[in-house]
Amino acid sequence: MSSPEYYIKSYCLIRDGKVSKNGEILFSDDSEEFPAFIKSAYKHFETDYSKFFKMDNLSKLAFMGAEVLLCENEEQNTALVLSNRASSLDTDRKHQAAISKESGAFASPAVFVYTLPNICMGEISIRHKLYSENSFFIFAEFNPYLLSDYANDLLISGKANEVLCGWVDYDKGKYDAFLYVIAKKGMLPHNTGELTKLYRTK
Amino acid sequence: MSELKQELKEKIIEQLNLEDVSVDEIANDDPLFGEGLGLDSIDALELIVMLDKDYGIRLADPKEGRKIFESIDTMAAYIAANRTN
Amino acid sequence: MNNVYLSHNNIVSAYGFDSASAVDSIKNEVTGLTLVDDSKILPNPFYSSLIHQENLKSEFQKLDTKEAYTRLEQILLVSLADTLKKSGIELTERVGLIVSTTKGNIDVLDPDNPFDESRAYLGELGKKIETFFGFKNEAIVLSNACVSGVLALAVAKRLIHQERYDHVFVVAGDLVSKFILTGFNSFQALSESPCRPYCKTRAGINIGEVGCSILVTKEKSNLVEESVQIIGEASCNDANHISGPSRTGEGLYRSIVSAMEQAKVEADAIDYISAHGTATMFNDEMEAIAFNRAYLQDTPLNSLKGYFGHTLGASGLLESIIGMHSLHSNTLYASPGFQELGVSQPLHIITKTSPKESNIFLKTASGFGGCNTAAIFKKVNS
Repeated sequence: MSSPEYYIKSYCLIRDGKVSKNGEILFSDDSEEFPAFIKSAYKHFETDYSKFFKMDNLSKLAFMGAEVLLCENEEQNTALVLSNRASSLDTDRKHQAAISKESGAFASPAVFVYTLPNICMGEISIRHKLYSENSFFIFAEFNPYLLSDYANDLLISGKANEVLCGWVDYDKGKYDAFLYVIAKKGMLPHNTGELTKLYRTK
Repeated sequence: MSELKQELKEKIIEQLNLEDVSVDEIANDDPLFGEGLGLDSIDALELIVMLDKDYGIRLADPKEGRKIFESIDTMAAYIAANRTN
Repeated sequence: MNNVYLSHNNIVSAYGFDSASAVDSIKNEVTGLTLVDDSKILPNPFYSSLIHQENLKSEFQKLDTKEAYTRLEQILLVSLADTLKKSGIELTERVGLIVSTTKGNIDVLDPDNPFDESRAYLGELGKKIETFFGFKNEAIVLSNACVSGVLALAVAKRLIHQERYDHVFVVAGDLVSKFILTGFNSFQALSESPCRPYCKTRAGINIGEVGCSILVTKEKSNLVEESVQIIGEASCNDANHISGPSRTGEGLYRSIVSAMEQAKVEADAIDYISAHGTATMFNDEMEAIAFNRAYLQDTPLNSLKGYFGHTLGASGLLESIIGMHSLHSNTLYASPGFQELGVSQPLHIITKTSPKESNIFLKTASGFGGCNTAAIFKKVNS
């Protein structure tokens, strides 16, 4: 099948205490712990969204990445295709700890609801009013082949006009996000070589 | 009673992650849901767990929560009347 | 563009170790739900449908494995081994594998579980299945809450369209665990009796356990008598709340409309709806609103949750497989537990298993995170 040309419209990396967009560092902070880092990023970008503080770490990470990329985005039909390695294990462990307590097990609904990796896409959809396709995949590592095939199909079939794709992983205090928007016009060609190169950017 | 109310405000802020709210900003008769503090359905479930965990009150019907959680006043009155620990 | 079909399939459930055992029981309106008293999972007894442990053990022994596998892995391996064998497909580079699950081996987080915590990584689960059968491609694990099972079919179709694969095997499963039940219990969502989808007296869900698998293929030469073609599918988010269903059925309505557009069918072409029907107050009400907005209020509809309970990441695939058999046998299966309509909009609930000539059915699912999926399937030999 001959595919129409699609492009990487913009991309964002959140790792090692930095938030960057299209290769330019927008924010850096030397907080060692993720919760402090992401909170200061939230303040830096002047995000006014009190629900942010109710989110788990994975959702906060994905939410901030989407904030950077979708803040000026006017395309309503933007699909979300995200992936990671650890699923929602960070929150799963919290729920497990709560129900394993000897002194009395009390599951917290506010924790349990985040024991699914796709919840972070729900948060992004609510924030940006996206009534679009959502899929969450788990891989051992960033898999540009699956993400690009899948994004192309959503665009070709008309299910979406743009696709926010990427990798958002949070596990044992380590965080790594690489999000990008695929569109009909953009700065870089949409192919696996380009995606791999951008993902590996230090 | 006023001690219990103070305690409830602190717990609500802490457990429901109300980042930008301080104890002084919550009036005893402020509505907790909707307009007031803007709590939602997950918060309501979390308050049901709090009643059970911290005050030994198990609601027979979760729908009862709607009346109990109207404000700090109603919550404190209900807890004072029904607490088992 | 290639047509994409659903073919060989298997269901491992409380009813047995193949699709026929489940389909026959449903035809006879026999529920798989029983009262389970296991204080390691929940302090109070609960209704569930569980895969028989001793029988699973003996089925699994037939696979002649060398290493130790978790309970979920055993369920998935037993199911997929049957589907693979029946299909006779050689595992080349053109064959993909999708694993659909919400929580995978989540029971290994329990301090009493003998397996290492690393087994909880869903990629590890995918790897175990991929390696066991010798798939040439990395397993794609899809974890998208309760729409996973039906979304996995859409993903398979899309990857075949992109010419990544010619065939994709989808295997789906989730366990009944303390992790899941305590969570749903904290949501006040569990019913103390067998669930009653869409009924006035419904009081919440039962969680159940199945493993199921299917071949998704572009080859018309490798089909079975119950095969269907995927003629439309779509997923739309509610953009409303992460756990509460939309009051307007927004995402589900949009998913149905988009799937119908792709399938080029109108509401009156749909013979039967296999709905989500978890039997919570809000879910069933949301669905009723969405189906009415899509002019589907008169289309015969069931929820299979009264047979299996809610089987989470497997439910969408499980219910699609049952739907295939429903079309093939031209039989509408009764929606168990239903007595009197308990939603604000009209729905045509199937109250008695009865014959009906059928060609097309709609499968829907909705889940936490505001996700919704609709898929439309058409009989191949019609």
